[in-house]
Amino acid sequence: MTTAATQTLDARGLNCPLPILRTKKALNTLNPGDTLAVQASDPGSVKDIQAFCQQTGNELVSSNDAGGEYAFLIRKA
Amino acid sequence: MTAAVQTDPAGFDKALFDQWFDERFQHKMEEREANHIPSMTIIATKGTLDMAYPPFILAATAAALGWDVAVFFTFYGLNLLKKDLDLKISPLGNPAMPFKLPTGPQWLRETNLPIPNLLMAGLPGFESIATHFMKQTMQQKGVASIEELRELAVEAGVKLVACQMTVDLFTYEKSDFIPDIHDWVGAASFLPLAQKADVNLFV
Repeated sequence: MTTAATQTLDARGLNCPLPILRTKKALNTLNPGDTLAVQASDPGSVKDIQAFCQQTGNELVSSNDAGGEYAFLIRKA
Repeated sequence: MTAAVQTDPAGFDKALFDQWFDERFQHKMEEREANHIPSMTIIATKGTLDMAYPPFILAATAAALGWDVAVFFTFYGLNLLKKDLDLKISPLGNPAMPFKLPTGPQWLRETNLPIPNLLMAGLPGFESIATHFMKQTMQQKGVASIEELRELAVEAGVKLVACQMTVDLFTYEKSDFIPDIHDWVGAASFLPLAQKADVNLFV
């Protein structure tokens, strides 16, 4: 059973660096330990979200590619 | 004759001390690295639409990563801080710029039209058409406008620093610019920031 994310962000149709900037903005509204589910269509977001989480200390819980659409689950540090 | 200096008192284990020191040093360096906030300074000198993107994209992204960022806008780069942005792309001297139509069938949109640079640059009104096409393509591809990127950069804490000399040189009014400008300074005030930054870019 998967737990629902605290908040979701639809970043589909947006290109670099908007998915990252919107993700950062959404995370600002969450409390530590909360999760954010991000949907994106920019192929560059796969590596960018990884790098973002690595730099900011947030945890990238999962990253899935569903045929050109990408889903990420991030836990706020 | 003077006695030799005793560097190792009785009972002092130099090897053990060296090991302790190395470990402690390593630990302190790691601690310092973990607490270090990366910083970046950018010098933005161009005022065309295409050259407006790199400083704002890099600055806003770095700030989102938690970096401390300042951008110094000087010469034509100062135009990027105006309230009313009327940025254009310039085909003149820009032969690498692809020329593609934002509308029409897919094959046509993907075709780079072989228009000579001299014609693009010399034909009256071509600059406006090219700018219009570029803006339309960017919107279709989900690329942020400069206004949006600038707003996001300010929101993320990027310090927008304007060059006072350029204001005087081109006799601009401060009221022409957005109110989010962090400071109006000269090179002597900006350089110490750049000196301490981890990354310095000139755009």
